[in-house]
Amino acid sequence: MNRPIRTLSIGCLILFVALMLNITYVQFVKADSYDDHAGNRRVTEESFSRQRGAILAGKQAIAKSVKSKDQYEWQRTYPKPFEYAPITGFLSFQYGQTGIERSQNDILSGDDDRLFTNRLIDLVTNSDPKGGNVELTINPKVQDAAYNGLTALGSDVQGAAVAIEPSTGRILAMASTPSYDVNNLASHDIGETEKTWKRLNADDNQPMSNRATQTTLPPGSTFKLVTAAAALENLKMTPDSLVNGTNALDVPQTDKDMHNEGGESCGNLGQAKVSFTTALDWSCNVAFGDVALKLSDKELREQAEKFGFGQHYLDDISPQARSSFPQGTLGPAYRVLSAIGQYDVAATPLQMAMVSAGIANGGTVMKPYLVDRVTSASLDVIDQGHPEPLDDGQPAISSSTADQLTTMMESVVDHGTGTAAQIPGITVAGKTGTAQSDPDRPPYAWFTAFAPAENPKIAVAVMVQKSGTPRNDIAGGALCAPIARAMIQAAVGQ
Amino acid sequence: MSTLNGLSGFVHRQRRGAELVLMILALAVGIGGYAAVGLGVKEEVPPDIFGYGTWLVALLIGAHIAVRFLAPYADPVLLPLVAMLNGLGLAEIHRLDLAAGLTDAGGAFARQQLIWMTIGVGLFVGTLFLVRDHRMLQRFTYTCGLAAVVMLILPMLPVIGSSKNGAQIWIQLGGMSFQPGEVAKVLLVVCFAGYLVLHRDALALAGRRILFIDLPRGRDLGPILAMWLVSLAILVRQHDLGSSLLFFGIFVVMLYVATERRGWIIVGGGLFLVGAVLAGTFISHVHSRVEIWLHPFDYYQAQSGPASDQLVNGLFGLAWGGLLGRGFGEGEPWRIPYANSDFIVPAIGEELGLTAVFAILLCYGLIVERGLRTAVISRDDFGKLIAVGLATSFAIQVFVVIGGVTNLIPVTGLTTPFLSYGGSSLVANWVIVALLLRISDQARRPLPSLPSDDEVASDATQVVKL
Repeated sequence: MNRPIRTLSIGCLILFVALMLNITYVQFVKADSYDDHAGNRRVTEESFSRQRGAILAGKQAIAKSVKSKDQYEWQRTYPKPFEYAPITGFLSFQYGQTGIERSQNDILSGDDDRLFTNRLIDLVTNSDPKGGNVELTINPKVQDAAYNGLTALGSDVQGAAVAIEPSTGRILAMASTPSYDVNNLASHDIGETEKTWKRLNADDNQPMSNRATQTTLPPGSTFKLVTAAAALENLKMTPDSLVNGTNALDVPQTDKDMHNEGGESCGNLGQAKVSFTTALDWSCNVAFGDVALKLSDKELREQAEKFGFGQHYLDDISPQARSSFPQGTLGPAYRVLSAIGQYDVAATPLQMAMVSAGIANGGTVMKPYLVDRVTSASLDVIDQGHPEPLDDGQPAISSSTADQLTTMMESVVDHGTGTAAQIPGITVAGKTGTAQSDPDRPPYAWFTAFAPAENPKIAVAVMVQKSGTPRNDIAGGALCAPIARAMIQAAVGQ
Repeated sequence: MSTLNGLSGFVHRQRRGAELVLMILALAVGIGGYAAVGLGVKEEVPPDIFGYGTWLVALLIGAHIAVRFLAPYADPVLLPLVAMLNGLGLAEIHRLDLAAGLTDAGGAFARQQLIWMTIGVGLFVGTLFLVRDHRMLQRFTYTCGLAAVVMLILPMLPVIGSSKNGAQIWIQLGGMSFQPGEVAKVLLVVCFAGYLVLHRDALALAGRRILFIDLPRGRDLGPILAMWLVSLAILVRQHDLGSSLLFFGIFVVMLYVATERRGWIIVGGGLFLVGAVLAGTFISHVHSRVEIWLHPFDYYQAQSGPASDQLVNGLFGLAWGGLLGRGFGEGEPWRIPYANSDFIVPAIGEELGLTAVFAILLCYGLIVERGLRTAVISRDDFGKLIAVGLATSFAIQVFVVIGGVTNLIPVTGLTTPFLSYGGSSLVANWVIVALLLRISDQARRPLPSLPSDDEVASDATQVVKL
């Protein structure tokens, strides 16, 4: 019977080796990813008993740890909780972390390998380990303008505003309303945070969702920038090309006509043909529908994707919703609707800001980022955010197309639908949008712009999903353009 | 037996001195661990360290002395190994007691476990004393079988039977709860061994070939199969997944060793796979275990339905411990529900690290190796089969429970031998070690010095000089 026993011993050996390999996998290979899990209370608790680094916007700390009187030594506080909630996120005892608190957790808590020497020094000198700091690309003045502009529309306004620096992709502002008090979730009073958490989750206005990056909605007429870009690139059109200026477009394969907003002819000029610039000035659906009929589904979709539709580009806070252009064969009826930002086209405010920023940057879209620098507790710079073009530097449009679009967008603000964004002494280029999503729901108002047009410093997108404004008064130009104007003024300094 | 010829020239040494040295090392781990827990958690050496240490020393050195007298040729490594594991387990249970705020006066598990250990060592010595030759157990083949079935039925009886966490495997007697399944394990191994020794030739040779497998005759296989099915049915009814797996494994392995036919492993493996798939598909609590195994984080802090909090907190603890562990008192093993029983390995892994888990696995591996070695050198088939059965039961149990808590396989309820809190398991395992030592004592003992054939022959041709 010894031969089977020997075979058996090999079998037992295999069992034990399997156990050893597996435990090594758990305790060594996977250890870091388990430590990073949001529900890992051991790590959360330790981070509560350690001085966590600060998150800074400009020179001001928007998240910092202060001495606490209870058992956990340190309390995380957010001096401007509502304004910066979508960016900082929160550090909660029960609910883990979100936003920058989550993505930069290793730095803030001091666990990052790049802080190893600092940890070693702390160990030797027997001082408490301190986390590193995270400096954001946010410009506090622009952020103030964005947040104050949105909240001025009403207390339960659902909207978002984003600003990016076109040449680098640095995010200068990101506000979303209604917002929430992150301090309530960072509290050590577990009963209190649980109540807040339940209330926020039950709220129909979804205050915890970052509308700037997580909400995709039909971008309406702001998408005409993408359609115009595709037309200039593929159809050899110029801003002066003549397009359909009438009040109705017969859409092939359907028995319905397409009309302009309000039902009149383009710009109410009563002309059969108007220039492409005029069509954009007055945001004429008939004209853009007609142009879309000359474009293919593929040309339109590829143009949208070059601007970032369907892509994941924001690593610094998650999740980032992907903007989408409908897949498959659209046919003329759906193509004309898609070309004016309706049907299944959906974009985040960040995406629309990137469209403007791409045009402003001579056609190259830069990857948006939020983290400017990370430093150790003693302020040595550990890492720095680098501007990076989207799609490996493949421009979304040629620089001549970008110039032509810039001229057209300047005209929109100069005497078209975007006059509310005019700033004396600064040339603003912009585009309005009003998306009719559903007859029962109020339309979404959009505005995207960049300035100064000759040397762009800032590109913005403002979106209002729901406000107290009467239905007929809702238009991107009236609702959103003033906010964009305030943000541009804050950035350019006038 | 071929082994007898091969080993006839070799005489094993007793090596009791080596056992003593190893035992002192094991005591150092046990008592040192207890002191380290006190230092780590309360920043002081526990005030009762002297009493505790004396007690451990008395018990384990007592066990060693008993072996010196009762089984002088027994394997010298086994006893120190289990002493080390038992001592480490006690220290960790004490650590969890401290975290839960339990004192010796107020239901501390470590105190209970020490009492159980005392009973276990008592039974260990008693077994060595009563069972002077393991072959006498062969007389009780059917008695053991019957006793095992009775043991397994006990928890289902009214009044004394009791159910915890969905498994009805405990009996309550005078405030003490006991898990008879652990004892049934030993009894079943003895019963299988006794039966297989008698019927191995019939099982291996008589029978007919169906497809590629030689199936034995019904009358040879019938009784053992019936007994196995009865125990399995009881286990399934009691929702004790781990034990079902263990018993099935022992049965297949012993059948394979007795008949020397590889087919049994294939048939057993096939049956296991079919059973596992059926159970995973149709038995809801098995199904949820499998789901948790595949997607542990999806069920973490689940508001309703099955939750994986125990497993995931164990994994978090292991990750938190890393290579060297947090140190006693620095980790948070109390986050794992029932850390002192099934999940004691993650608790140890968190505070003592991957290093300690490897050391524990090596100890278990050595116990299995020593058991199988005993089986190889044993001079009789009955002893071989018992040793194989007991050693494999160890290997399977360790694999099932540690594999479960580290998410290598789905979690099934089994105790970690010698480490986990649990009286029945501890007592039964001490008896298992006594049996293994008894068999190895018989196997390593020098052969009685009878005059050999050569001497007799040379006597016949002796020339008598006058």
